[in-house]
Amino acid sequence: MSFPLLTATAVLPAVGAIATAAVPAARRTAAKWLALLVSLATLALAIVILVRFDPGGARYQLTESHAWISAFGVRYELGVDGIGVALVALTALLIPFIVLAGWHDADPLETGSKRWRPTQGFFALILAVEAMVIISFEATDVFLFYIFFEAMLIPMYFLIGGFGDRAHEHGEEAASTQRSYAAVKFLLYNLVGGLIMLAAVIGLYVVAGNFSLQEIVQARANGSLHMATSTERWLFLGFFFAFAVKAPLWPLHTWLPNAMGEATAPVAVLITAVVDKVGTFAMLRFCLQLFPEASKWATPVILVLALISIVYGALLAVGQRDIKRLVAYASISHFGFIILGIFAMTSQGQSGATLYMVNHGISTAALMLVAGFLISRRGSRLIADYGGVQKVAPVLAGTFLIGGLATLSLPGLAPFVSEFLVLVGTFTRYPAIGIIATFGIVLAALYTLVLYQRTMTGPVKPEVTAMPDLRARELVVVAPLIVLLIFLGVYPKPVTDIVNPAVKQTMSDVHQTDPKPEVEAAK
Amino acid sequence: MENLIALLIAAPLLGAALLLTGGRRLDSVGHWIGTLLSATSFVFGVILFADLLGKDAEHRTLTQHLYTWVPVESFQADVTFRLDQLSMTFVLLITGVGSLIHLYSVGYMEHDERRRRFFGYLNLFLAAMLLLVLADNYLLLYVGWEGVGLASYLLIGFWQHKPSAATAAKKAFLVNRVGDMGLSIAIMLMFTTFGTFAFGPVLGSVGDASEGKLTAIGLMLLLAACGKSAQVPLQSWLGDAMEGPTPVSALIHAATMVTAGVYLIVRSGAIFNAAPDAQLVVTVVGAVTLLFGAIVGCAKDDIKKALAGSTMSQIGYMILAAGLGPIGYVFAIMHLVTHGFFKAGLFLGAGSVMHGMNDEVDMRKYGGLRTYMPITFVTFGLGYLAIIGFPFLSGFYSKDAIIEAAFAKGGTQGWILGGVALLGAAITAFYMTRVMLMTFFGEKRWQPDENGNEPHPHESPSVMTIPMIVLAVGSVGAGFFFHLGDRFLNWLEPVTGHEEGNSPVGAGAITAATLVLLVVGAGIAYLQYGRKPVPVTAPRGSLLARAARRDLLQDDFNHVVLVRGGEHLTRSLVYVDHTLVDGVVNGTAASFGGLSGRLRRLQNGFARSYAVSMFGGAALLVAATLLMRAV
Repeated sequence: MSFPLLTATAVLPAVGAIATAAVPAARRTAAKWLALLVSLATLALAIVILVRFDPGGARYQLTESHAWISAFGVRYELGVDGIGVALVALTALLIPFIVLAGWHDADPLETGSKRWRPTQGFFALILAVEAMVIISFEATDVFLFYIFFEAMLIPMYFLIGGFGDRAHEHGEEAASTQRSYAAVKFLLYNLVGGLIMLAAVIGLYVVAGNFSLQEIVQARANGSLHMATSTERWLFLGFFFAFAVKAPLWPLHTWLPNAMGEATAPVAVLITAVVDKVGTFAMLRFCLQLFPEASKWATPVILVLALISIVYGALLAVGQRDIKRLVAYASISHFGFIILGIFAMTSQGQSGATLYMVNHGISTAALMLVAGFLISRRGSRLIADYGGVQKVAPVLAGTFLIGGLATLSLPGLAPFVSEFLVLVGTFTRYPAIGIIATFGIVLAALYTLVLYQRTMTGPVKPEVTAMPDLRARELVVVAPLIVLLIFLGVYPKPVTDIVNPAVKQTMSDVHQTDPKPEVEAAK
Repeated sequence: MENLIALLIAAPLLGAALLLTGGRRLDSVGHWIGTLLSATSFVFGVILFADLLGKDAEHRTLTQHLYTWVPVESFQADVTFRLDQLSMTFVLLITGVGSLIHLYSVGYMEHDERRRRFFGYLNLFLAAMLLLVLADNYLLLYVGWEGVGLASYLLIGFWQHKPSAATAAKKAFLVNRVGDMGLSIAIMLMFTTFGTFAFGPVLGSVGDASEGKLTAIGLMLLLAACGKSAQVPLQSWLGDAMEGPTPVSALIHAATMVTAGVYLIVRSGAIFNAAPDAQLVVTVVGAVTLLFGAIVGCAKDDIKKALAGSTMSQIGYMILAAGLGPIGYVFAIMHLVTHGFFKAGLFLGAGSVMHGMNDEVDMRKYGGLRTYMPITFVTFGLGYLAIIGFPFLSGFYSKDAIIEAAFAKGGTQGWILGGVALLGAAITAFYMTRVMLMTFFGEKRWQPDENGNEPHPHESPSVMTIPMIVLAVGSVGAGFFFHLGDRFLNWLEPVTGHEEGNSPVGAGAITAATLVLLVVGAGIAYLQYGRKPVPVTAPRGSLLARAARRDLLQDDFNHVVLVRGGEHLTRSLVYVDHTLVDGVVNGTAASFGGLSGRLRRLQNGFARSYAVSMFGGAALLVAATLLMRAV
């Protein structure tokens, strides 16, 4: 038996989390370094997976399969296709930056007590989330997936509620109230989604008799498993609802601005760039593969909701006074694009959506982490409290601008490629929806440039005159992300090469082919 | 030889990378690095030009395939460059005028502590602009298209400590994004129509597509062109863009970037030729902007804004010509090139004046400057004569050709378009004479400012005057040089095609009419600004003059409808999201499946309840499966 690479990639951060939590109270710097090393080692494993993965090979690779709860047909089954590989790599890539950016986030909580070890806890929770997210991307057993899809809520809850942002215009106490509210709201929304999904998971077992994604898909394809139309639709809705909450899709989005606003910037990145991707990923993997007919049935409604997310999220971003909430609403708009791409049911749409998940992760990390550095300097999240930062901290302002330009999908940077693919993939099948979605590019420019103008340009506000520019640690966080944004904007082929074959498979699962161009169709 | 094409772009791109990441240690040499790399690109351009000239006319297209950029099934975007007569013309204009303006900026920006960064942005602009004209497909062109938009944004807002500059930069980017929507949709339409968006296959199979689709593509390309080239209705950003340093106004907002719309339309000529309705809209946009810009140019007292109105108007001529189809393409590009010389020269002259006048831009506070800055006066004067179409100077040939082509469109349309173009020539003569008289003639009108500093006008250093002299030579001679033996026509025709229209009026009659109108326009300006003293504060003026000062009220319209309306919309949406959407979803969730009790307990902050519910769920699952097995 070969080395269980996929398991190792999830187990490593899980063990790392326990080890980090066990570091003695007095050695909290050691805990930070340990967490960083573990996240880097996980990244190394992810790179090995990336190298070992053969885009032209079998659909699921590096598979592992063990009996687990044989009484219910639950198996421990892992495997990655191109989409899964890309997202495992994204997760493993971002965690070291999140750890490094959050280096001092738990420091203010330190009381010197021997029993209360916030620093250890903070980094252990991040690694725990990493482990669960990675295994969600790898699981090909529906039950296994469900467990981790739900379980990751627990560490996330504590990260938001326990380690949230202390900056608040109405003082510490207001911050604490807001933080608990945000954490509970996050939990409730996802919990409700999860419970509905649980019902659907049970339903699926009742119909199919096992939880194996591959077996069910195969059985459905060769006709040995028949699903009544209404059954399929109900099960689809149960799964989709949970994923739409997590993604988040309008109108289930309202937990995200609270969660991202109250969490510290690195945790906000963890939410939107990593954890939320499980939702859109699962739509591609589970909704489309398990319930192809129901997916097509629901497509019109989902496309309209995605379109509303795009425009609504962007308009709300324009109206925000709080930097982090602005980025949160921008993310809602971007998730609209991802979901649009998935359900446009074209190669360009789905490859674009997958690429979008990766690029959005990198670009939001760049923008949000720099925003976090900015906020930590001034102790305020309000846009109006800044002005003229460019003059005193040009490198900070420059990196913030590049993060912003990536967010508005400037051609030449990575998000442009994915956004254009989604748009064109949507347009070929639904021209009107494609055109309306295009308005998103104007609105994105509006909220990004207004944010930049109000915080970075103009006369220097007295409160920011003494603001230091980016420090070495912060530059180490931001510079690689920017290099990646440029590289994947200029040369996205390494990612599309991995993703395309998986998308082709998914397209054939839902029995869809790309529309032919008019000129060719006429011939 | 074709491997040189990428180096055209690589040289300024390297400059941008070096200057923007190099840090302070490059401060002392940064401007020379930028200028040198710009000049390097120009040298590559000249070498390639010589190579093209050595080939016969039909084989002057070089392509260089670098790599596959975005491949997703039938969607194939490559990084491929195409150098033909059209892009070659632009390459020489961009790198030639670009290098001169780099040189000028060495002097102009001498006292700016962020000069290195300025040159980094200029280099970035050159690279993006070259990418725009060298791309072999529309998606790659889009990268250059937005790249120049970014450079423009950075340079308009270069002095971003000034809120007006930061606002102008943002406005330029946003208005351009509206145009970019057009380019996006055009590319998507091409993809659904032709299955590709590379120049060759798209333009070669226009005949297979329906006219409706082609018209739609044409109109979307026009929308893009309106944004980039500041044509009505997306013209409002150009006047504000004058907040940028003057060399930027000369290079980006006069000579090169703003003409990208003309390039786009001429490059896509095959599409427009097959979509007469789209062509008609192009000519209308050109004709309207031609008058719009000219009227605005008449009313501005800010020298740069007067020139910006003029730029808008002159590009209106080019767009008009491009809309005429094969009878106008060549002349659109010819006017674009001559305009590149004289308008860049005029802007550099304006910059030289400002340099000597403590950055004063109000022409009412100039007067009689010809004796203080003779070189600026002569070079600016030659640019002035060229733009109004003084016989045998550049503008005379290129603008006359457009007016003739407009008449040659034939029918009522021909008369209307030709008439507008003629009228525009008269207004051009008026506003440019006004600028000339207010700046260089009459009594000196400047006063000490509130700190008691009186400007001491002086000639600029030679690093600034040399580029002005070179451009003045171009303003004088380029038109005649292009015209002689139909050189320019023969050079460009293999790419753009050319047809002689049949004008209802003889060429001689048109030239005569143009000259008469020139004298009338200049004469009226002379009577008003040459014979009478110019008041230091502007008179109230007629209704039209007041409207023209406010850019014909377009900003007011935008402000009321888009800005205010948008603010109300977003504010009410924020409210709706907070109360309605959040409330309804929370409420629904709370009542869902009798969860409300558990929700309330969770809201007290007991995460344990969550664990309970999870175990509850798992227990439920186990029970259900057991039950199913039993059955």
